[in-house]
Amino acid sequence: MRTVIEIEIRLYATLKRYRPELKVGEPLFLNVDEGTTAKRVLEEVLGIPAKVVKTVFVNGIYRDLDHVLADGDRVGIFPPVGGG
Amino acid sequence: MSKILRVNMTDLTTEFESVPEKYKNMGGRWLTSCMVCDEVPPTCHPLGPNNKIVYASGIVTGTAAPTSGRISIGGKSPLTGTIKETNSGGQAGQKLARLGIKAIIVEGQPKEKGQYWVLKVDKDGAQLLPAADGWLGKGLYETYPLLFDKFGEKVAIIGIGMAGERLMSNAGICVNDPQNRPARYAGRGGMGAVMGSKGLKAIILDDKDGPGVPIVNKEVFDTGRKKLTDALREHAITKPGGGLNSYGTAVLVNIMNEAGGFPTRNFREGRFEGAARISGETINETCKKRGGVGMTGHGCSPGCIIRCSNVYPKPDGSELVSVQEYESVWSFGANCGIDDLDITGELVHLCNDYGLDTIEAGVTIGIAMEAGLADFGDGKKAIELMHQIGEGTPLGYILGNGAATTAGVFGVVRCPTVKGQAMPAYDPRAVKGIGITYAISTMGADHTSGYTIAPEILGVSGKVDQFIVEKADMARNFQYATAFIDTSGHCLFIAFAILDIPSGLEGMVEECSGVLGTNWTLDDIGRIGGEIIGMEREFNAAAGFTRVHDRLPEFMKYEELSPHNVVFDVPDEELDKVHAV
Repeated sequence: MRTVIEIEIRLYATLKRYRPELKVGEPLFLNVDEGTTAKRVLEEVLGIPAKVVKTVFVNGIYRDLDHVLADGDRVGIFPPVGGG
Repeated sequence: MSKILRVNMTDLTTEFESVPEKYKNMGGRWLTSCMVCDEVPPTCHPLGPNNKIVYASGIVTGTAAPTSGRISIGGKSPLTGTIKETNSGGQAGQKLARLGIKAIIVEGQPKEKGQYWVLKVDKDGAQLLPAADGWLGKGLYETYPLLFDKFGEKVAIIGIGMAGERLMSNAGICVNDPQNRPARYAGRGGMGAVMGSKGLKAIILDDKDGPGVPIVNKEVFDTGRKKLTDALREHAITKPGGGLNSYGTAVLVNIMNEAGGFPTRNFREGRFEGAARISGETINETCKKRGGVGMTGHGCSPGCIIRCSNVYPKPDGSELVSVQEYESVWSFGANCGIDDLDITGELVHLCNDYGLDTIEAGVTIGIAMEAGLADFGDGKKAIELMHQIGEGTPLGYILGNGAATTAGVFGVVRCPTVKGQAMPAYDPRAVKGIGITYAISTMGADHTSGYTIAPEILGVSGKVDQFIVEKADMARNFQYATAFIDTSGHCLFIAFAILDIPSGLEGMVEECSGVLGTNWTLDDIGRIGGEIIGMEREFNAAAGFTRVHDRLPEFMKYEELSPHNVVFDVPDEELDKVHAV
């Protein structure tokens, strides 16, 4: 049986251009199949090539792109950024 | 031939000395720290006659090396009681180097308090001039134009504001940016108060027809310069149009916030609901929307190819302030519960005007809010509190002496300082390595002394779990490498590129070898960095510092930080391991 989960995505810095209608930091709520990885959300749902993504934080914790997302996850996606 | 300029403020004399062999290959932090260790008694009062203040450009500063305009300023800090090196961009580093001056040492103290001088240095020599009354007791946005009128638009000015004149422990030292704004700061550690205690209002550097920086081995230098330039242009963070150039340092706001390590309301929480509104992305959008003078990609010093500064516009397009950077929008923003860049911009402007470090000032205001002097989020009241510093009221003197003093006066236990210096914009409970850096730095809480955020959060030089506590080796290595970069005269931000691109790292070392005629290799980075940290620690030990001082504030061990609900759990043994080798 197919189970759908809801996740909360935020795209930052240059990645915002993939959803220009969103304000800075505005979440995008998506329904995806249970078992979906961060990479699949990026490439198949959002159309963002994995190579332009540097870091993914899920609920405040750094995760690899093959991390499987769970219902209610807060996902922050970043290109390479640095400062100080 | 390079020389040292010694300025005695007791008898108001200046003298040029030849450079002793020992100092020949030093520059920047290596030189300031070594001179301080050689000449300043560690137990002296920082504002007394026996402290000294040393100004030195980096090894390659003044050459065509990219992003290399730094000037180091050293002495004993009135804020921390430790040795201090604080460095700045702007125009001064390059002009000092091109005058053929390896270092300026200012010593002694005028017999009469409240009198100020200006040190004018050009190719013909140095002289002390009495400061005009009109240059004193007012904001630097008023004073700097008067100084440029007097000495010409092409000089560099290293000056102090009212905070320095009043010997406040949060007084920074200001350097003019390429448009001659009083906007770049060697801010940390209260070195502006040391300059003030010497009766020195400003140093004016006119490098017209100066000898320039000699390069012993041009071929090696050029090879290194090309390697480093290529690395900076290639790396996604430092390249033109990259993260730093497009959004400024405040591009970090959202990632630190996502990571749950963005200190909020005086380090009560690790995530701020208003983060996006004070982020680099919003700065970028606002500059475009409001237009006028607003811009990102502003360079703080000539020859920088990263260009991470900005000019932030008011709603009508006129200038509010340069620069809204990460640390400042955090300290006055999230840390005070304020989510409005127009407010943070005004507060940064006041710091530039009064001559204050923005990190220390923002953390101080956060503590004042904790003490009930204002509500968190009340920008209007925050501005009023800052004005107290400018007005020199008794409360202003308390606030002007920084976070730890203010917390002490008002009985605030939640005081995020180490060795008396306010923590920057990374909560060590959520990012353990930077906590080790804060604890064991020779400078008090200072992210720039070992920026482990690079691997812990940003994935630069590999990715390391932010919560792992066994990071003594990493913290040590970062401190050593940083001390070398601070010696080279490069901005620390080259680290993002050279940590990931090995040829860039080689390039930095080759540039130094080219200038000096040495045969340094990558191994010399650790050797020299270790030597610098070692001598700084010896100074601190002689000043009374022990491993007990290499600790974070106690509240971080028992107050959990949301959203991860973590305390600072790095064992003391791990902290002590950093310098056990």
